[in-house]
Amino acid sequence: MSTPISLRVYESRARTYRHTWRGSVVSTFLNPVLFLLAMGLGLGTLVDDSGTGQSLSGLAYLEFLAPGLLVATAMQTGASDAAWPVMAGIKWLRTYHAALATPVSTRHVVYGHLLWVTTRLLMVGVIYVAIMWLFGAVPLLGGVSAILPAVLTGLAFAAPVTALTSRLESEVGLTSLFRFGIVPLFLFSGAFFPVSQLPDWLEPVAWVVPTWHGIELARQWTAGVPAGASAAVHIGFLVAVTAVGTALAVRSFDRRMRI
Amino acid sequence: MDQALVTARGLTKRFGEFVAVDGVDFDVHRGEAFGFLGPNGAGKSSTMKMIGAVSPVTSGSLRVFGLDPADDGPTIRSRLGVVPQEDSLDTELSVEENLYVYGRYFDLPRSVIRDKIDELLAFAQLTDRRKDKVQPLSGGMKRRLTIARALINDPDLMLLDEPTTGLDPQARHVLWDRLYRLKQQGVTLIITTHYMDEAEQLCDRLVVMDKAQIVAEGSPKELIERFTTREVVELRFPLGEQEQVIDRIEGIAKRTEALPDRVLMYTDDADAAMAEVAARSLNPESVVVRRSTLEDVFLHLTGRSLID
Repeated sequence: MSTPISLRVYESRARTYRHTWRGSVVSTFLNPVLFLLAMGLGLGTLVDDSGTGQSLSGLAYLEFLAPGLLVATAMQTGASDAAWPVMAGIKWLRTYHAALATPVSTRHVVYGHLLWVTTRLLMVGVIYVAIMWLFGAVPLLGGVSAILPAVLTGLAFAAPVTALTSRLESEVGLTSLFRFGIVPLFLFSGAFFPVSQLPDWLEPVAWVVPTWHGIELARQWTAGVPAGASAAVHIGFLVAVTAVGTALAVRSFDRRMRI
Repeated sequence: MDQALVTARGLTKRFGEFVAVDGVDFDVHRGEAFGFLGPNGAGKSSTMKMIGAVSPVTSGSLRVFGLDPADDGPTIRSRLGVVPQEDSLDTELSVEENLYVYGRYFDLPRSVIRDKIDELLAFAQLTDRRKDKVQPLSGGMKRRLTIARALINDPDLMLLDEPTTGLDPQARHVLWDRLYRLKQQGVTLIITTHYMDEAEQLCDRLVVMDKAQIVAEGSPKELIERFTTREVVELRFPLGEQEQVIDRIEGIAKRTEALPDRVLMYTDDADAAMAEVAARSLNPESVVVRRSTLEDVFLHLTGRSLID
């Protein structure tokens, strides 16, 4: 039986990861521990003592922070795994060109790559939730259910960033993307404070940012709020952004590497 | 019947206004080593990418294994071995893993790939480097690994785009030896090069490309016989003197070509030509007599050197 072509691409990415996993796993463990200690417990104690619990829907700051941090981190992982490795495949190592000289086509490269990013997002999600649970920041079941919105948010960034990266001539554009895009979104999408704290005119902007949808959903599910119409909207939005990003990525791969 | 593996008629590649390949015709037959010789920018690599079913044909017709790359790209690519001009090895993987991953792209069973890796590493003289990372390998080793990688699927046709560009002379000779062995084994090769010696060493038949068109076709020997003389006498004069004596050299040989740094005299009798040079009391700084090469063919056809 033949292996679907996208899975063969996935397999090669997984094999590369065997050589590089140590560095990424250490930071995946260390980051949530540091954030939960500094922000959740350190800053959180201050927040809780000042009695601002109302605007956090009655949650302790640590409980408020945890699902947001999970989703914001998934966004970062999705974006960076779709930036540097794609630039390497197209330009630095040209491994995508090598793959395209075989029966593999551009769409298989894109699908296999995004499938691998999904695996990475799952790894990050599982590790984060385990640590958050140990900190007592999330209930076990609620925490696990938040992995889905996190993965979807990561993909809603990975797919369009893949398309964008394949249009860039150099990594300078990627540095700008992170400096002016991903880092501000990490801070202002509602992970660290509710977006209702933003100026009124800025609040609607959050509605078109995948991270906000992911965080809202992750927070609802962590708290055990049953899935309703708003959950369907959040999921639908994240899936739609991923689908459009994927289609754009296939198109720009064709334009870049099959000319 | 001798069926052509590749047939091109009026094959054209355009990038916007720029014409990279301008209506070329050629056939490549099973078992031969076929060359595209020409300077950088002549359209060799564009032609290769179209044969490799990576770059779409703009107009004209192209058949590879009797198939149209526009319809059967994946099928064509599954039977090709491609050695691209720029390295595309995965430097994060080891030598053997590069072969393994590539074999998986062709959906070869893992056990088949493992056997094949032993054989290909021996062929590429890389057996003792199999567990090493790719990054520290020399340029010649990387090229050999790329060739080994291209052989993982037992291709019916190999495409080699400037296989030895950037290698030192010794590494080139090792590579030529490997490619010659492939030829002996009956693998069909298509090679692009701007090195005349490479084309003469490896190609049974070649086309000379210049400015997106094919300007001549034949075996290296035929081309030399048709477009140049048996021998060449190269005269070098002290700086600034060439311009003064060039008129007095005219007529000695069948054809005279003045290059910026030397004068080439094309003749079938070098001894007679040299005697005449002495008789006219020209005093070149140095005189070299050599056999005509494809470089001379190219110079004659285009009026320019292959490598500037």
